[in-house]
This record gives sequence, C-alpha cells and structure tokens, in this order.
Amino acid sequence: MAGHPQALQRYALAVASHLGLIAAWYLFVKLGEVPKFVMPSPYDTVHALLVPNYRWPENIAVTTIEIFGGYILAVVFGIGAALLFSWFRWLEMAVMPLLVSLNMIPKVALGPLIIVWFKYGIGPNAMMAFAICFFPIVLTTARGLREVEPDLLDLVHTLKGSRWQLFTKIQLPGALPYVFSGMKVAAILAVAGAIVGEFLGSDRGLGYLMLQVQVTLDTAAMFMAVILITLIGVVLYGIVLALERMLVVRDARLA
Amino acid sequence: MGEPFIHLAAVQKVYRTRGTDFLAISEATFDVEAGELVSLVGPSGCGKTTLLKILAGLHPVDSGEIKIGSRTQPFDPSRDIGMVFQQPLLLKWRRVIDNVLLPAEILGLPMAASRARARDLLALVGLKGKEDQYPYELSGGMQQRAAIARALIHDPKLILMDEPFGALDALTREKMNLELLRIWEEAKKTIVFVTHGITEAVFLGTRVIVLTAGPARMADNFRVELPHPRTLEMKTNEAFGEYTRRIYRLLGME
Repeated sequence: MAGHPQALQRYALAVASHLGLIAAWYLFVKLGEVPKFVMPSPYDTVHALLVPNYRWPENIAVTTIEIFGGYILAVVFGIGAALLFSWFRWLEMAVMPLLVSLNMIPKVALGPLIIVWFKYGIGPNAMMAFAICFFPIVLTTARGLREVEPDLLDLVHTLKGSRWQLFTKIQLPGALPYVFSGMKVAAILAVAGAIVGEFLGSDRGLGYLMLQVQVTLDTAAMFMAVILITLIGVVLYGIVLALERMLVVRDARLA
Repeated sequence: MGEPFIHLAAVQKVYRTRGTDFLAISEATFDVEAGELVSLVGPSGCGKTTLLKILAGLHPVDSGEIKIGSRTQPFDPSRDIGMVFQQPLLLKWRRVIDNVLLPAEILGLPMAASRARARDLLALVGLKGKEDQYPYELSGGMQQRAAIARALIHDPKLILMDEPFGALDALTREKMNLELLRIWEEAKKTIVFVTHGITEAVFLGTRVIVLTAGPARMADNFRVELPHPRTLEMKTNEAFGEYTRRIYRLLGME
C-alpha cells in the first residue's frame, strides 16, 4: 500500500502539515520576538535535551514504564473482567452497574488518596494510568462480547455447538474490533493518567521534571517534556494500531 | 409416495409475553416428501419464520406432532439441518472458504475432506476462485451463495431457508432463484423455503404452503405441477398465473 502513488501523496501531505506547524512556530517566535521563557523556539526546545541535570533518559524511561505498565494491566484486567461478565451473567448484573458508578468518579480526584495509601513513585502513577483507562476497555469489550447476531446463535444451536465453540469461533473474534476500539481510547487516557500521577506526587519522570523546571522558568525544557510525553503516547497508539491491523480484518474495524 | 420425510400434525405454537398469549401458529398440518422444495409463503407476521425455527428444533411446539426423517432417510437433528438466513451472516474475519467450513468445524468433521468438499461446493454455487477472499470483497448475491455453500458443507438432508433472497435487488434475486433450483437439482436436498414473494414461491416450489396472518393459520397446500428445469419464461404461462392468483386470492389481494 505504501508504494501506491495516492497513498504516498497522503503521507507526504501529512508530513508537510506537521513540518508546516513547526515552521509557523519558528516564525512566530522569531518575528514576534517572543521572550524565551514565554515560548522557546524549536531550536531552543531541542537544545534543552543537552542539559545533563534534567536526566532525560531516566525520566523518559520512568514515564514510559508508568504509561505502558498501567496500560497493559488495564488491558489484561479489562478484557479479563469483560470475559467473566460474558460467562457469568449474574456477575455482570452485580458488578457492571457498580463499575459504571465508579467510573463516574473523576480518577484525578483519587490522586491524593493513592499517595496516602501507596506513597508516590512508579507504582502509584502506573495505578493512576490503570484507573483511568480500565473502564473504557471493560465497557467496550463487554459490549462486543454481547453483540452476537441472533441468527448466528441459531446456526450454532442447530449444529448443537457448545458454549465454548460459540465463544471461540464467533463471540471472541467478533468482539475483537470492540476490544481495539476501547484500547485505542485507553491508550490516550493512559498517558494523561500517568502524567497527572506525576504532577500529584513523584520524584522522577517527565511530569516531575516539568514541575521542577517550572520553578526556574525553563520553558524550553517544559516544551521538550510535553513533546516527549506526546511521542510516548504516539508510540503506544502506534503499537495498538499495528496490532489491530494484524488481528482485525479491514472491514470489521471500528473507528 | 411412502413415508413422508417431514410430518407435521396440528402443530400449535403460542408465545407468551407479559401475560398475554400470542398465537404464532395454529394447526399447521402438512407432509413433505424427501427431495421436495417446499415454499412457505405468507405476509409478515404469519408465523412462517416460527414454523421454520420449529423445524430447526430451535423452538418447542405447544401441541401437535412433528416428525422429521423416515426409515429410508434417517434424520439426525444435529447434523442434518442446514440454515440460510435473510442476511448472509458470514463471519467478517474469515475467508470465504473458512466461512463455509464453520459447520464442519463445529461438528468436528475431518478437516482435509471438508476443505475439499468446501471447494467443490463453492464451485457449485458459482464462487470458484473466491475461496480466499474476505466477505467484504464479495457482492451481496455472492455472499448469499457462500452462505448456501455453508449450509451444504456437512451434507445435511434438510435445508431451511428464511427469505434468503429478500435483501437482494430484484434482478439478482431472479438470478439466485435459478441458481437455487440448479443447486437443489444437483445436491438433491429437501428444502423448506420461506418467502413473502408469491412469484418466487411458485417459481421455486414443488409444493406451496400458504399461511395467513391474524390469526396465523395454514390456508392452502398444493403441488406446483410445472416441469423441471424451470425457466423464467414459465412465469408468463397461464398455469403459472393460475397458481399465483390462487395465492393472491387467499391473501385477500384480489
């Protein structure tokens, strides 16, 4: 597909718009003579990477672990919970309304509590990422598992197919597009969760670094941190997208 | 004639919803010989789909007798039913051939032999060369052909079709009618075909059973004495017109 001239044109345009934004940013700062502490130029932003005190590699690693850790846990437990719900209807009827209520809690508001209970660090921040992206995965997966065409159910019943056959051959593969739909939403939320966790209490990570340089008004480093956080999110989203392309037939993919 | 393949006597089905009883079928009585293609025709809500589901063993009956199979044609309810619905209901994530193989997998049939059979069946329904495509790459008519192949894969004795061409455009539908007759003649199956198309019912059926709605009951059951193979020209025959008029009259449309 990449070799296709039309696809190539689309990629070229997408890259051009990104480069255009950076160029506009550069021109705005240069021509507007904006002070560096208000808005650094793209050059200043990249230059911030050279400050060894900021310990970029370590902070990047910490934030990445928090995001990916919380996210992977949410995927495992989210899909697991949804599977249990589809196997045990009474469990779904008891727990699902509870989950919906709990989902109403602004997860950010739990931050101070998490710190009281678990202190601060990688674990609690991953937990924040988990808390914020667990629900969309459970809800969409459970919905996908419920959506079985009644006629297909009849087809399996006329063949005296087992519950397990129905699950492995129809229910689970049919739910996959929904699983990925939830996972894509959750990927974006996981990043926000981990950073909020770092803002509330941490001693390492890109969010922590942003709070540190806020005091010294090193806006360029803050810009760099935001860009890096975004890139971690892009990588996570890209992995999920690639998995979806591998596992879900084009026609079945949900937006 | 001997022993019929399907025997229904005074079959009654009542749906109970929130305290009120709804009579879905009152007194369905008919026999079907092995190898017949029986059209069940009637307006929507006349209970024809319910009747089909009773034959499929999906719904119990409230009273009456139902017997499928004979001494010469023993019937195993888990292996001898093939279903085709109004929608093809192919699994989007499976290639066409793997969709056809679904019943074989569920029944645990030997896969190598089934795969060869699936190829033959896809050729029979006119989908040679489409084996490895995905359903979204096929037109609606082709998807329904694949669904017919899926209904045949486990070599069932009885094919139940619930308005299988109802979602297709008129021209594709006529073409599929001819195709179905060809497949029926080659595969030598007993087919019960539910439709609300009166012309379709007469054109396809060796026998037509007419159901009327409100209250749902069997209004007529007659043989269609038109020669096989059937051709589209027959639809303009006087005899063909007689049959369709007979049904229109029963449904109060003449």
